[in-house]
Amino acid sequence: MILVSHPDEVKVVSKRFGKGATDIDRYLELDGYKAVQKALGMQPDAIVNLVKDSGLRGRGGAGFNTGMKWSFVPKQSSKPKYILCNGDESEPGTCKDRLIFEHDPHAVIEGVVIAGIATGSHAGYIYVRGEYRYLLEIMQKAIKDAYARGFLGKNIFDSGYDFDVYWHGGAGAYEVGEESALMESLEGKRGIPRIRPPFPAVVGLWGGPTVINNAETLASVPHIILGGAEWFAKLGPPKNGGTRLFCLSGHLNRPGVYELPMGYNLKKMIYEVGGGIPNGRALKAVVPGGSSCPILTSAEIDVSMDFDSMVKAGSMLGSGGLVVVDDTTCMVKFALRIMKFYQHESCGWCIPCREGTDWLKKTLARFHAGGGVKKDIDNIQYLSENMLGRTFCPLGDAAAMPTISIVKKFRKEFEEHLEGRPCPFEKAGVVEQLPVMAGTD
Amino acid sequence: MKFSDQFESRFSEMLTHYPTKRSVLVPTLLYAQDEVGYLNHHVIHEIAQRLDLTDLEVSNVISYYSMLTTKPRGKFNVQVCTNIACMLRGGEEILDHCEKKLGIGHKGTTPDGMFSLEEVECIGACSWAPAVQVNYDFHENLTVEKMDKVLDEYKKNRAIG
Repeated sequence: MILVSHPDEVKVVSKRFGKGATDIDRYLELDGYKAVQKALGMQPDAIVNLVKDSGLRGRGGAGFNTGMKWSFVPKQSSKPKYILCNGDESEPGTCKDRLIFEHDPHAVIEGVVIAGIATGSHAGYIYVRGEYRYLLEIMQKAIKDAYARGFLGKNIFDSGYDFDVYWHGGAGAYEVGEESALMESLEGKRGIPRIRPPFPAVVGLWGGPTVINNAETLASVPHIILGGAEWFAKLGPPKNGGTRLFCLSGHLNRPGVYELPMGYNLKKMIYEVGGGIPNGRALKAVVPGGSSCPILTSAEIDVSMDFDSMVKAGSMLGSGGLVVVDDTTCMVKFALRIMKFYQHESCGWCIPCREGTDWLKKTLARFHAGGGVKKDIDNIQYLSENMLGRTFCPLGDAAAMPTISIVKKFRKEFEEHLEGRPCPFEKAGVVEQLPVMAGTD
Repeated sequence: MKFSDQFESRFSEMLTHYPTKRSVLVPTLLYAQDEVGYLNHHVIHEIAQRLDLTDLEVSNVISYYSMLTTKPRGKFNVQVCTNIACMLRGGEEILDHCEKKLGIGHKGTTPDGMFSLEEVECIGACSWAPAVQVNYDFHENLTVEKMDKVLDEYKKNRAIG
């Protein structure tokens, strides 16, 4: 894994990437742990308001205003309050939290502590997905080093405030990225979502009020404390403060993770930052923010990449994972692969999702193999639309949304697969080599 | 049932992290599996006893998580991602090649117990696709030729990064 860069990048969250900041002394040299010390001198409400005014919105995909989320935590609570960092990154197309954990683990710790001070909590958990074992080890060391310096534990920075941070490792489950399932997993159970209300901010981990934020969201917080709400807010369009780590993947000349201001133009992101489509081919579609987002066609890419503009464009900004698809790709196969994923990851708790994803996967597989009939196309739509908004957690929506958009926008490709016709895009045995970044071995 | 000292010290430390014992379950199972190779009924029983759970409660959790297994795997578990970002850049061809070279399919293990193979969902390497994880090690920006070399290196029992 290598770091890439582009002149249009605005490095905030990634500013310490590649600078050895996993070392606590190096992190301190690079303004580390200054924000938490500043926060210790602030009123909790002032921190919440600062984060609210900065326009920081959840980087995990939902895009909820972070300061607002913190403000829902009750001031008085008979049970302990908790901060939970969601590092169960598993949305296909997304590989940004991995870079944060690898290059700047202390920024996540600092963000967790600041969230704690703001909400009157004294303990935080950093949940790292099971596959990221080497990152869990980096985080374990970072936490240990922070304790050794008195930055964590009792009386942090001689402030009189106590705050503990603990690591926690997962064991492979996309569903656990959903916040209530994440809490179940941390409590040692199957990752099955909880019914809401009550929301985690009121009843969360072990029944205590809990703030759950994505790793990138928390890593942004120290920069806001030091740089101010106005500076952060102005990096992006109104109500969409800051920058984002955009993960560019698929058919691109320069795939990689780039930090760009919120509201950066999608077309520019594909053709300039990502270097365009390889082998002289044309763009067919793009998944703008992880596999659960409705797909955009090549005619729909002149849009601003911020939460609100993407909703207006009929899709979502999601988790910042852009998957670029060229004109040699079969969209039936693409839809099938997405559905295969959601069927595999459905926890099976609620029927519309468990049965819906399974039927859709089977129908799409039969369809792609040439066994489809015309009625199937409408049935795929019908099944997906009936899952939408009718499942216990957003996994059902995540499976339905891309499917509905693919069938709607690429119906012709579905029709080309009818009546036993072979997939028009299959070229058995021919794999064209795509360009790979230099020095990536 | 005996685990390593490292396991025991980590286990004791983890118990201090949470208000309930049960919370250590998921990471503990994965660390136990790393030592034993798979979660057999001895391991399940031991962990259940320690956490005041029934064996069934522990098995119930195991069946939910894709990394946890109750069946032995090869020494090197080759996990090939074929999810969208990897699929677009040749992930399926990498999987085909591994199947042919190792002579096994999805969730199969070679007769010598050296390799097992799994087609996995997104491993978070989308911008460096196609990618494979062998045990916990990532191999990225792969081609069939590079994958071939990766497997040969493991065959020589030399773990590469």
